[in-house]
Amino acid sequence: MKRYSFVQLLRNAIGLGDGWQQAWRSPEPKPSYDVVIVGGGGHGLATAYYLAKNHGVRNVAVLEKGWIGGGNTGRNTTVVRSNYLWDESAAIYEHSLKLWEGLTQELNFNVMFSQRNLVMLAHTEHEMIEASRRVHANRLNGIDAEIWSREQTLAFIPILNKSMNIRYPVMGGSAQPRAGIARHDAVAWGFARGADALGVDIIQNCEVIGVRREGSRIVGLDTTRGAIDAKKVAFVAAGHSSVLASLAGFRLPIESHPLQAMVSEPIKPVLDTVVMSGAVHAYVSQSDKGELVMGAGIDAFNSYAQRGSLPILEDLASAMVELFPIVSRLKILRSWGGIVDVCPDASPIIGRTPVDGLFINCGWGTGGFKATPGSGWVLADTIANDRPHALAAPFSMERFASGRLIDEHGAAAVAH
Amino acid sequence: MLLIPCPYCGERTESEFRYGGEAHFRRPENHLEATDEAWADYLFMRKNPKGWHRERWMHIAGCKRWFYVVRHTVTHRISSVYKVGDPLPDLPS
Ligand SMILES: Cc1cc2nc3c(=O)[nH]c(=O)nc-3n(C[C@H](O)[C@H](O)[C@H](O)COP(=O)(O)OP(=O)(O)OC[C@H]3O[C@@H](n4cnc5c(N)ncnc54)[C@H](O)[C@@H]3O)c2cc1C
Ligand SMILES: [Zn+2]
Repeated sequence: MKRYSFVQLLRNAIGLGDGWQQAWRSPEPKPSYDVVIVGGGGHGLATAYYLAKNHGVRNVAVLEKGWIGGGNTGRNTTVVRSNYLWDESAAIYEHSLKLWEGLTQELNFNVMFSQRNLVMLAHTEHEMIEASRRVHANRLNGIDAEIWSREQTLAFIPILNKSMNIRYPVMGGSAQPRAGIARHDAVAWGFARGADALGVDIIQNCEVIGVRREGSRIVGLDTTRGAIDAKKVAFVAAGHSSVLASLAGFRLPIESHPLQAMVSEPIKPVLDTVVMSGAVHAYVSQSDKGELVMGAGIDAFNSYAQRGSLPILEDLASAMVELFPIVSRLKILRSWGGIVDVCPDASPIIGRTPVDGLFINCGWGTGGFKATPGSGWVLADTIANDRPHALAAPFSMERFASGRLIDEHGAAAVAH
Repeated sequence: MLLIPCPYCGERTESEFRYGGEAHFRRPENHLEATDEAWADYLFMRKNPKGWHRERWMHIAGCKRWFYVVRHTVTHRISSVYKVGDPLPDLPS
């Protein structure tokens, strides 16, 4: 792999370079692999990258039914933060945030990680109390978190509605200065390029349609490009996790829902941070192109359709207009949906499954983009060593029988 | 956007309804004896099929009654609705 650098950019621009290399190969699938990852989203690609990089496991394939990053990785609103309430979540999301901070250098691919602060608004006395509870919990876990007064919040975000005469006036909020946004496509492409350079086969247009077992052990997969043997397999398929689990003969505590987002026409810079409001159900940041990137909550019904219903977007628009009156005349450029894998406790499932040799990573629901590097890191370690990584252990599927749920609805419901 | 035919009131827009998730799973019979796994199964495990889905809806802004819908989770097409206690209609092939 040729490294990207300013010198290479310059040489190619003035015609002295030897051109640009393909970023990753498109190999034919081999008959067998040590590890096969099903799902070429950010999490699957990161898992393959860290398997090769940290554990020297290089006979690895990533199978993707469409194109890499075409699932939720390329559909999300790219909020990255780690200010979750419970210790288990704080540990894994903060591990991920630390990886984000070095990811562009690590991958030699600009993922445009922009740490621009993130403010979660509080609109009631009760929300202020909840915010300070979470900030204290975060600080005990070594996460940068601050509680902000109304004055601080309004000064930092000048376009916020200052009126006290609205249903949800801004009372203050909590902030995480190290949070921010990143370029989602670049994350998939950067991990793909890095993994490919270490020998991983990235195989697109290859859908897994069957699971081959011998006794209680997985031995391979049937795909639309033929049968592939595998010593170990990991399902990293987000919204399609239940479909894959049913091929392997077990059920998951997951339901698939549409999650929608939309962007406005581009305008001059008005917002240099990320703002979230659980009470009015909206969150927003401004892209480098000037579009306001806005997201809402899930559509209530089960769906695999990658589209949702209009009332969700209407509610989002009305919430935006209440929070930021200046956006009322903006046009919406486009809206879209992804299929998110929602777990009852709004926390992921990472680890072993009832089938030997088969691992799973799913349930990130509305908020897994931020976890991409951390999730890949812990899953790779779990697969390589056949036991859960310490950060992954609390997120095993057994928690649904033992009752040790990690309830992050407060931190994750609308906040992504 | 779904147009849902309430069996009591007729077709109404989705926003008049509240979704109740997968239908027809039962609470463990002998709850004192039921294992943790049986409870987990009842409380959390779901079929979540990519295809036809039997589900519960409530007409919250209308008759306020629960009923069942057979809906496809990719096309969102509704093939039938039925009342609590009605025999289960077949899933379309
Ligand atoms: C609108 C929206 C906004 C969001 N906003 C945020 C946010 O701001 N911050 C945040 O942290 N998270 C956010 N999320 C959630 C986040 O996008 C996901 O949690 C995360 O991207 C999941 O990554 P993944 O790699 O697991 O899944 P995906 O990127 O969905 O990858 C799974 C892949 O598996 C493939 N696949 C499925 N079945 C098969 C099969 N049988 N064979 C082969 N391949 C298969 C799919 O094609 C897909 O490419 C948002 C999601 C949406 C939809
Ligand atoms: Zn009715």
